[in-house]
Amino acid sequence: MTAIRVLALFTLRESLRRRVFAVVAILTVVFLALYGLGLWRLYAELDRNELDGTGVEISIVAGATVLGLAMFATLFLGTVLAVFLTLGAVRGDAERGLLQPLLVRPVSRRDLLLGRYVAAAGVCALYVAGVFLAAAVLTWAIGGWWPDHVIGPTLGLMLGVAIIAALSLAGSVFLSATANGIAVFMVFGAGLVAGLLGQIGEALSSGTLQDVSTAASWLLPFEGLYQAGLSGLTADTIGFTRFAIDLGPFGGAESAGPGLWLWAVVYLGLVGAWALRGFARRDL
Amino acid sequence: MGGRLALVARIGRLVGRPIRHDVGLVPAALSISGLEKAYGSVRALVGVDLEVGEGELVGLLGPNGAGKSTLVKIACGLVTPTAGRAEVAGAPAGSRAAHQSLGYLAELFRFPDWCTGHELLELHQRLAGSGGGAAERAELLELVALTDAGGRRIGTMSKGMQQRLGIAQALIGSPKLLLLDEPTSALDPAGRHTVRALLEELRGRGVAVLLNSHLLSEVELVCDHVAIIDHGALVAAGTPAELSHAGGVEVEMGGGTRLFPEARREDAPRIVRDLVAAGEEVYGVRVLTSSLEDAYLEAVGGR
Repeated sequence: MTAIRVLALFTLRESLRRRVFAVVAILTVVFLALYGLGLWRLYAELDRNELDGTGVEISIVAGATVLGLAMFATLFLGTVLAVFLTLGAVRGDAERGLLQPLLVRPVSRRDLLLGRYVAAAGVCALYVAGVFLAAAVLTWAIGGWWPDHVIGPTLGLMLGVAIIAALSLAGSVFLSATANGIAVFMVFGAGLVAGLLGQIGEALSSGTLQDVSTAASWLLPFEGLYQAGLSGLTADTIGFTRFAIDLGPFGGAESAGPGLWLWAVVYLGLVGAWALRGFARRDL
Repeated sequence: MGGRLALVARIGRLVGRPIRHDVGLVPAALSISGLEKAYGSVRALVGVDLEVGEGELVGLLGPNGAGKSTLVKIACGLVTPTAGRAEVAGAPAGSRAAHQSLGYLAELFRFPDWCTGHELLELHQRLAGSGGGAAERAELLELVALTDAGGRRIGTMSKGMQQRLGIAQALIGSPKLLLLDEPTSALDPAGRHTVRALLEELRGRGVAVLLNSHLLSEVELVCDHVAIIDHGALVAAGTPAELSHAGGVEVEMGGGTRLFPEARREDAPRIVRDLVAAGEEVYGVRVLTSSLEDAYLEAVGGR
């Protein structure tokens, strides 16, 4: 446990010293500022274009759609952070000669992998939680709309990036840094495309597309968690407003139920076991 | 056990020679038996046996690709052997107990360039569970002549300074066995002298060292024993003196120089006597011995 803590803190210190956190913080502030500006302009226009008598609460539709977009952006930023913190953690560092001096200490390979994972996943999970909650607060402050559920979507995002960090760390055992980065981003992209297919399938009532999306969500649970979180934002919204949200770009999201959460945790364990098994056998 | 080890080491220093593992009190610092390693169809090691006793300094020689680094990496637990056994201070290589007994400097090592020498040593102290604190770090930096550079970022250090820092890092936690893979490859002559002095100091402290090097003169100067590996097999082993066999006697006479290739040092007086008796005028006699380099080239077939 001590070794895991020492290695995790060392990894965090490296990110701090290499100004990774500073760059991420500055860009995140810029993102949130632009998000806030966009919201302010949007709600200013909505006020002028408010239509009565349709039964649609336009401020809810706007808030849910824009926050859904912010949720996607947050997942993407968290993914970028997770990938860059882990893509060369094993094979990349071994090829550069950074790993060997650490592994001849009384430190198991499991401890090294867990140390790196705790640091990367911890940072990314806290990051996405912070950014998403900040976006939610901005939406409330500027547009006066607060999502129906916040904790579930936040935890879903946190677990989602933790899974992506695990996939990237596991990939770093087998692939070079460049190949691993490309592979994880392609997997991430595949998950998002599958999610969009599901939404299109929902809109067009296509069972095949929905089946493909469902299978991808279980195969890549970070996508399922994102979709579930998206669905949670307006889970209690009903009537014509619900109908209007469903027609929007983030309207087809569905919650997969508690089984998804359980599966996500099991999936994380399986990815971890795969990485540990591969690392234990690797000659350095 | 620690007390007994300390006592043995102290006795070793008193009698002026390192205590050998065959005394029977302690296991060998490194014990390798029937070690084999294959990378696919390439056989990197073919049944190597090697033992490094406590306080012994053993040089590991061989051409590029002979299997030296693979052997060292197996001893460190970084590479899994295909067959055979490797033990560090009686514990299987790669085990936690083995890692607690060894220090290692890889041939192609790199340290995080963003941290300072002190921070690197502190990290390794924590991982090794060393309670030496700042005093240990200061002592090790002094030992490798980096006292004033401990606060510098590693990225700003020369390769030679990084190599010396690597040796300091390997010495954290007072290891029983030090595995050094080409530790002086980036050092200037003064740096090499520092490392040689350090190795002798370590021998005095009872630390066993396996020195993997291409610098034969260096190995000849400091090592108690030499092992030569070629094509993954041990092809010669012994003390530098044993490996550097007699090369004949050369006699300078009035008519020129004559070589007696089979003669040894003790044959020189008789040769001179016989030549004088035969009416030759002898101006000088030189006993020739082959160097470690000759022995090495002979062992590896001139490669």
